[in-house]
Order: sequence, then structure tokens, then C-alpha cells
Amino acid sequence: MTLIRVLFYGMSFIAIGSALYAALSKNLVRSIFIFFVTLFALAGLYVIALADFVAVTQVVIYVGGILVLILFAFMLSGRETLNVIEQRKGKFINMAKVPAVILAVLFLAVIVNIILKADADNLPWVKQSITQQNEITPTSSTIDNIGVNLMTTYLLPFEAISVLLLMALVGAAHLSRKEGRA
Amino acid sequence: MITLTDFLLVGALLFCTGMYMIVSKRNSIQVLIGIELMLNAAILNLVAFGKYDKLNNGGQVFALFAIVLAAATTAVALAIILNVYRRYKTIDPDEIKNLRD
Repeated sequence: MTLIRVLFYGMSFIAIGSALYAALSKNLVRSIFIFFVTLFALAGLYVIALADFVAVTQVVIYVGGILVLILFAFMLSGRETLNVIEQRKGKFINMAKVPAVILAVLFLAVIVNIILKADADNLPWVKQSITQQNEITPTSSTIDNIGVNLMTTYLLPFEAISVLLLMALVGAAHLSRKEGRA
Repeated sequence: MITLTDFLLVGALLFCTGMYMIVSKRNSIQVLIGIELMLNAAILNLVAFGKYDKLNNGGQVFALFAIVLAAATTAVALAIILNVYRRYKTIDPDEIKNLRD
């Protein structure tokens, strides 16, 4: 039981626990705020997977951007959103949720079965990359390599993403302007 | 060291939690949070496999793209939710049954 394993189990426990809490909580605000915790724990998991740049991006974009956006939408959408939740308190077991639970649990069983059968650690290309020392080690710094690759190998997807972001920006601004001709 | 299977199992659990949220929640914002959870599970898998690609960084670069795409998706989805709220005065996906006219 090395320190890295302890950290991994701690991070994944926090991530899964807070995700479950966000899923089961009846309170929308609490659900949004506990989602912060999930995202931070996931950033920690990315660091353990030796992807520190992705972890930093996760913190900046998800925690700094997306969650603030969600909070804005919640605050702009008024009191009725909370009333919907209040009305449904009191019920002991919500029968409407049973199919969703069954679906999620069955899907989990299938996917776990597949993961255990696939045996990802012994895949040929993973083995090959370990023997060819193409594996990221804790001492190697990858950020400069990511920068070079982003501007050479992945330039086309990068440009496509930038055009799509511009479209999404214009679209969101168009959709959320004040009531004129909708 | 932590094996790939561990990461995949965590990703699977997060994915199923997100799926439960999407199917069961009666509030569009919580559905959106479920979608974000599923996206994050996918990004976790990308990052975990990206560890074995030091030269090209395929996994990590596409994880970055996925994060940016998630941001764009959320912005548009929230704009749509705001519009839906303005029109129907509710954001319960079950209640929104009418087209424009």
C-alpha cells in the first residue's frame, strides 16, 4: 500500500461519493455545490494519471467557468425551480426513480464485466509502449510536448474546435438575449 | 502503481451515476450536471490511456478538446434552459411538451 495508492483511493472515494450525493440530493443548490467537489477530486485523479496539464485545465475551465455558468442559470431561472423540488418531498420511496436505478445498475454491471474481461493492462499496444519506453513517467515533463503536438499533429482538430467555440459563443448570445422577436 | 483497470472502474461508476441523474431528475440543470459527469468519466478514460502515449500525447490533447467542447455545450444548453424557463415558467423536462405553436 504505497502513498500513491492511498491517494488514488482517497480521490476516487471523494469523487464517487460526492457524485452520488449530487445525484441523490433533493436540493438543487447543494447538488451544484457538491459537484465542485467531484470536479476537484477528478482533477486530482488526472494528476495521479500523470496528466497535470489536463488537471489544471479542468480546474480552470470546469470549476472556474462551467460551474459559475450553471450557478448563473440557476439564479436567473427563479423560484419555481425550487418549488418543483419542494412538492416532491415527503414521499417515502419515489416509484418514478426505480426504472432509472435499474437502468444505471444494469449498465454498471455490463460495463464492469466488459472492463474486467478486456483486461486493459495487458493490451498489446500498452505492453508495446511500455517496452518502447513510450510511457509517461512521474519524472518526465509533458507540457512542452503537448504544446508542440497541439500546433503540429493536432492542428486541424484545434482549428475545428476554435471555430465551433466561436459558433457556440454567438449561438448562446443569440439564444439568451432579451425577449424581442424570439 | 495504479493500473488502468482501476481508472476504468472509477470512470464506469461515475458514468453510471451521471446516467442515473439524466434519466431520473426532474430539473434540467441537474440533467445537465449528469451530462457533465458522464463527460468527465470519458475524459478520465482518455487521460488514463493517454499515459501510454508519450510521443503524440493523443489522450491528453483530446481530453483538452473534450473539456473545451463541454464548456461550449454547457453555454448553449444553459441559454436554451433560460429560454425554456422564460416561455414555460418551469424547467422540468416532463412538463415541456409543446412546440412553438
